[in-house]
Amino acid sequence: MKAVLIQLLLVGLMLMMGGAVASDRVSLPKYPQPVGDQCVEPTDIMRREHMNFITHQRDETVYKGIRGIAARHSLKDCIDCHVGYDAQGRAVPINSEGQFCESCHNYTAVSIDCFGCHRTTPDEVSKVRQFTGKP
Amino acid sequence: MEESKKVTGQSRRSFVKQTAAGVSVATMAPGVVLYSLARATRHPDEAVTDEVRWGMLIDANRCVDGCTDCVTACHEENGVHQLGRPATDAQWIRKVHLRDRQTGREYGIPVMCQHCEHPPCVDVCPTGASFKRADGIVLVDKHICIGCRYCMMACPYKARSFIHEDVTDQVAHAPRGKGTVESCTFCVHKLDAGEGTTACVQACQHDALIFGDLNDSDSRLSRELAKYPSRQLRADLHLNQGVRYRNI
Repeated sequence: MKAVLIQLLLVGLMLMMGGAVASDRVSLPKYPQPVGDQCVEPTDIMRREHMNFITHQRDETVYKGIRGIAARHSLKDCIDCHVGYDAQGRAVPINSEGQFCESCHNYTAVSIDCFGCHRTTPDEVSKVRQFTGKP
Repeated sequence: MEESKKVTGQSRRSFVKQTAAGVSVATMAPGVVLYSLARATRHPDEAVTDEVRWGMLIDANRCVDGCTDCVTACHEENGVHQLGRPATDAQWIRKVHLRDRQTGREYGIPVMCQHCEHPPCVDVCPTGASFKRADGIVLVDKHICIGCRYCMMACPYKARSFIHEDVTDQVAHAPRGKGTVESCTFCVHKLDAGEGTTACVQACQHDALIFGDLNDSDSRLSRELAKYPSRQLRADLHLNQGVRYRNI
């Protein structure tokens, strides 16, 4: 039942985004622009399926130890690209207000459990940090 | 057909048999080569196998009294912050002080998850969160850990800790959070990256810790174990731990 509701919400969200209805009562989520111009999957697939991707990936990583390039749906990599930076250039936790994860999850009223355990900003050895030179 | 039979001088059946055997050898030979390469350094995109069994040897004579470099390094590597509450703070590795009552000999040894072949924590886990990886590393899948702490009670080495409070500023490779149980991972992220060692072993300045592959008879660990006696803690429990001790 919950899954169906979430799906409906997501479909609704995408319809709104596609149609750009001006009279929305709730404004669409706004979040910082990610690094790069291509996600690991097309945006419409990521919107629907990202939770399945990272749930599958977590088992591959935890049980099989796959952490290299093959771990393409790693939550760590989501954060590396999608995290926002403040005026001082410091990474802002991705689950804080107005950030990538929080903005959409808040809009669809779906709680996130990931960040009870997972780090919310890229760490020192982040691939994308090294690539972009961001602090 | 008749012509080829004459030339080779063999029946159709034996021809098929021999061809099949030849193919299997041919496909096996490169497989064997790959297999032996993979054993030395597994590619980070390949699943772990039981070709490797990670283990450690700890020499109590070399371990210096009062030195806690391994503990500090472990907790720094894995983002385990101490909150000044010893009763509930997580400990992935700790120095245990021992005293022989009869001789008065005092010494300390680091004790962490012993990475048993038959781990009691895995036996008792009601959700399957506590598991042993193919390469012998005993881990907690925190995604399905419900924090019941049965594993903590089952472990004879007091190796596991429960996280009582919200955690922030974790390191990216070691997620940890309130309501789950955790313990030494043999720095699984380093092993998966092909480093072949752990933070505590790298930090030890006294060569008291040796890490390696128990299945590889050429590893320094295996050679040391073959040369001099070593013991497993509570060997009477027949858990066949990956961690062994010398001079205790």
